[in-house]
Amino acid sequence: MSESVSVAVAADVRPSAAPLRRRLSFRAVFGLTVLLCMGGAAVFAPQIAPWDPTRQMLMKRLRPPMWEARGLREHPLGTDHLGRDILSRILYGGRISLGVGLSAVSLSCLIGVTLGLLAGFHGGRTDAFIMRVVDVFLAIPYILLAMGVVFALGPSLLNVILVMAVTRWVQFARIVRADVLSIREREFVSGARARGSRSLRLLLRHVLPNALTPIIVVATLELAFMIIYESALSFLGLGVQPPTPTWGWMLSDGRNYVATAWWLATFPGLAIMLTVLAVNLLGDWLRDTLDPRLKV
Amino acid sequence: MLSYVLRRLVQSLVVLLGVSIIVFGLLHLTGDPTRLLLPLEAREEDVRQLRALLGLDDPLWVQYLRFLSRAVRGDFGLSFKHQVPAVTLIFQTLPATLELTAAGLGLALVVAVPAGIVAALRRNSFIDAVCSIGVLLGQAMPVYWLGLLLILVFAVKLHWLPAAGREGLASLVLPAVALGAFSMARIARMARSGMLEVLAQDYVRTARAVGVRAFLVTYKYALKNAAIPLVTIVGLEFGVLLGGAVITETIFAWPGVGRLAVDAIFSRDYPLVQAIVAMLATLFVLINLAMDLLYTYLDPRIVLVRSHR
Repeated sequence: MSESVSVAVAADVRPSAAPLRRRLSFRAVFGLTVLLCMGGAAVFAPQIAPWDPTRQMLMKRLRPPMWEARGLREHPLGTDHLGRDILSRILYGGRISLGVGLSAVSLSCLIGVTLGLLAGFHGGRTDAFIMRVVDVFLAIPYILLAMGVVFALGPSLLNVILVMAVTRWVQFARIVRADVLSIREREFVSGARARGSRSLRLLLRHVLPNALTPIIVVATLELAFMIIYESALSFLGLGVQPPTPTWGWMLSDGRNYVATAWWLATFPGLAIMLTVLAVNLLGDWLRDTLDPRLKV
Repeated sequence: MLSYVLRRLVQSLVVLLGVSIIVFGLLHLTGDPTRLLLPLEAREEDVRQLRALLGLDDPLWVQYLRFLSRAVRGDFGLSFKHQVPAVTLIFQTLPATLELTAAGLGLALVVAVPAGIVAALRRNSFIDAVCSIGVLLGQAMPVYWLGLLLILVFAVKLHWLPAAGREGLASLVLPAVALGAFSMARIARMARSGMLEVLAQDYVRTARAVGVRAFLVTYKYALKNAAIPLVTIVGLEFGVLLGGAVITETIFAWPGVGRLAVDAIFSRDYPLVQAIVAMLATLFVLINLAMDLLYTYLDPRIVLVRSHR
């Protein structure tokens, strides 16, 4: 009995700042490093990829990674069912994953923050209306909506980004609204209002900057989500279309070879997981550093 | 209390109305629904005939009202592919999906809640570290990849469990694990932070100070209060799981609504797609309504807070 009390009390009282900071910075450094590597690999894919990612070499199809018996040194991670180099395809696939993810987050951030600001700041009917729209988008299974829309409009890069943004903006709207509700009651806002600031100026100069912290944190965590989302659409055949290599497509290809060629699905999955892990670590660290009270 | 319940009911109805607009709009996305419904090489007179048949020449709002009045009665039309009412197909596949989501959610709760609590009670310990790593991995693993890995290891290599289909309890294990992993990570995280928050409250400190036994403090005072926010999360998580079921069912050839939906989308079976989206959204709204009402029962303060929002 006394043991668990002392442990719990110690947890409350102990000045744990030093070890905590060390652990946090490890998370940040790890996340940033992985992310920079992935980003760099995506940007410089044409320079560093050993092969053209779409080049088919049927003589060398389904070769395992180079450390296995039938592996070839020129294909470090093996080749797929059409004899394409997996490493090169992963490098190029990063461009789609990160590019689409970043664009979709930016767009959904723009939509969500705007609507969240309006809802929180104006309150009343505007707020009620926007929040019901938020509820509607929460209720609809976004992946089905996205699939239906992409299928109807055609799976182009732009359509995929648009659909992803339109189905995820609610995350931003909710957190911004909640923040603005409390910010607008603060003294500096009434002060600015008393000085005769117009609404728009008030919003952009006084309210928005104070709501920036949660926006940054949500944007980071949403980036991780969007990367998974994009590859899920790809996996289901409704993402960016072949021959453009994407991680989701590679996984989907690999699905048919799970029993015979494990490397087809394993490496692109690993790439997704590492990237998402890095972004999440960064997001957690940002939240703990910028605003520990934030619940996202 | 009653006014809160009433308001919450009206809100749910409004949300369902919004859902119906989006579901209706799904068919009108490209401007002309006949282009979605008919094959590209359809003849001009077929197009005209279908337009007349579906009443597509009426003003949009007339079409919407007609759609809505049918939808309320559960009539979304015949599935193009199967030539039976879309709703019938949903009711045939829904049990499988509910079974899968319930198993996934149940698994997530059974693992995540104790893990989160232990991690909170033994903060910064080895167990806490293991839990954090599990949470990080669980949140970073895409469900389709986890599914493939599970098949690779447990079905292909070890032959312990079936890789696909729905026959018996054994076939439920892998899909449920794949589906539940992400929620497991999130719930464990919430349980941990919720427990830490409650443990830092004054009444916990007071209880300890006056000498209430540690066991009682943890399990009676703290745990009960930490459990309350979890109720809402379970409702929201159910929506996440329904969405995840679409992918999980595709991977494991699980005969549920998700797989039906994917199939319907690829065969341009729009009445079926509309019906499924509307059904799942309705289910989500109802479950969250129930969870919210349960929440107010567990924590009456919430009515006051929300009434003044």
